[in-house]
Amino acid sequence: MPDYNTMELMICTASRELEDGASVGVGTGAPCAAAMLAQKIHSPNLIIVFEAGGVAPLIPEMPISVGDSRTTWKAIMASGMCEIMETACRGMLDYTFLGGAQIDMYGNLNSTRIGTDHQKPKVRFPGSGGANDFGSFCWRMMVMTPQDSKRFVEKVSYCTTPGWLSGGDSRAKSGLPLGAGPYKIITNMAVMDFEPESKRMRVIALNPGYSVKDVQDNCGFELLKAKKIVENHAPTKEELHMLRDVIDPYRYVIGR
Amino acid sequence: MDVIEQGVGDIFTDPDADKARAFFRGKSRKMENKVMSVKDAVAKFIHDGDYITIGGFGANRVPVAVCHEILRQGRKKLGFAGHTSTHDFQILCAGEVFDRCDIAYIIGLEARGLSPNARRYMETGKVKVSEWSNYALSVRFKAAAAGVSFYPARNLMGTDTFKYSAGRIIECPFTKTKYVALPALYPDVSAIHVHEADMYGNCRVRGITVSDFDVARASKRLIITCEKLISNEEIRRDPSYTVIPYWCVDAVCEVPYGSYPGNMLGEYFSDEEHLKEWLKVESDPAEFKAFLEKNIYGCKDHFEYILKNGGMAKMQMLRQKEMMFIGAR
Repeated sequence: MPDYNTMELMICTASRELEDGASVGVGTGAPCAAAMLAQKIHSPNLIIVFEAGGVAPLIPEMPISVGDSRTTWKAIMASGMCEIMETACRGMLDYTFLGGAQIDMYGNLNSTRIGTDHQKPKVRFPGSGGANDFGSFCWRMMVMTPQDSKRFVEKVSYCTTPGWLSGGDSRAKSGLPLGAGPYKIITNMAVMDFEPESKRMRVIALNPGYSVKDVQDNCGFELLKAKKIVENHAPTKEELHMLRDVIDPYRYVIGR
Repeated sequence: MDVIEQGVGDIFTDPDADKARAFFRGKSRKMENKVMSVKDAVAKFIHDGDYITIGGFGANRVPVAVCHEILRQGRKKLGFAGHTSTHDFQILCAGEVFDRCDIAYIIGLEARGLSPNARRYMETGKVKVSEWSNYALSVRFKAAAAGVSFYPARNLMGTDTFKYSAGRIIECPFTKTKYVALPALYPDVSAIHVHEADMYGNCRVRGITVSDFDVARASKRLIITCEKLISNEEIRRDPSYTVIPYWCVDAVCEVPYGSYPGNMLGEYFSDEEHLKEWLKVESDPAEFKAFLEKNIYGCKDHFEYILKNGGMAKMQMLRQKEMMFIGAR
């Protein structure tokens, strides 16, 4: 058995996507852990921003809210919602990490409801929060989520946050800023991107111990497969040490 | 201007900028003492049926005393801006005080989990909802603060969030680009918790301002709770610190530890044990009823609530938690 869990694996894989000097909008939990890990391992100049207003903090430990004191610790600015989202809309936020109860083959996300009656939903979730905003504006949207056919559905029952909408050029036609959209989907089994023409989800890398069949068996729609599928490396000792001993010592995120 | 596409959601407040101007024309510019109790402020300025906004960010710099008092005074049929709302939403759902809601973020308490009672309330069908995002609601406040009836933005389009909003897609007269027009949101009344205010309502805030700059200006009436009162001389000593000017403000209530059990930057950290207990008791209706009786309905004011939850010893512990953290533990 590997000496790391699913969450640790996803966080480490995700953190390697954030190059030094880039900017990223994050929420609490796993996305924040990935950004902090990147900042501590290979991207000391990573600009982390929080929707509530924190800009470029040197986060000492896991925030519990995107607006708590930790999100402005040694930050360069304590601003507000409009400043952050206007910065994103202006084109200055490179990445964001989002999540949801459902994701479909075009990377659309549902964090609003299950059921068809909007005024009386079967199951109500929090809604967009800042997800629709970051997902509309940040150049590259990424998602970290367990590979599960209940989450990976053919069509989200409600599109809270835009992916590539109905594929092809549908997003470009919608009015959303051009050139921004879903970039990579990181699960415990694999990493997916989106085929450039159809904008459909495509397997490009596998985590140690998983096959393409494993990924497809745990996905509610047909996945495209890249010509060359690479193997991700397992979390390193240094990554695990940072994650366990410095970033999340109380295991709020990685303990799950 | 042609409307290309339109959401099906309701607009719960009137975006008309001239009607708002007529109201603000009559708003007092007098520099007068506005210090009063939270009880009096809620009685005087929040009425059944009003549309309200709560400042801060969920469990950070939130006017908890006002939220509790709204329940104690039994307000009903309010409208609510579910903008960055977490613990504030949880409190208001416990009293079922609102029946219409502009939703950006509700039910959740971020990394702490979801509120079972708030979720239940929103699944009953008793609340009319329109769907937005946090930035969309920020923009709606910003339009109102600027005295215009809408602002354009580039989010929402293409999604069900747009479909269930009251936004309208229009074309830019200069570039032909599509924009979503977001209607101005003028709340009847808002409550914001700040670090310091003078007796007239000039306010200072440390740390993030979230959307409070615009919420304060967009609101027809505004209740301020502050950690401490300061002198007008102190405000005038350095006006660059003033975030909200007095003429937006109707009531000033001094409430030390006023964001408890939430976080207040540079003052005290959130009481995570208490917030955890709150989420837990919500699963059992009898236990939750007793919990609300103890912490809200059976309390005279915010001091009594704090006293029942550890008093000054607890506050000191939360202060130290925040200070150790601020001092780079």
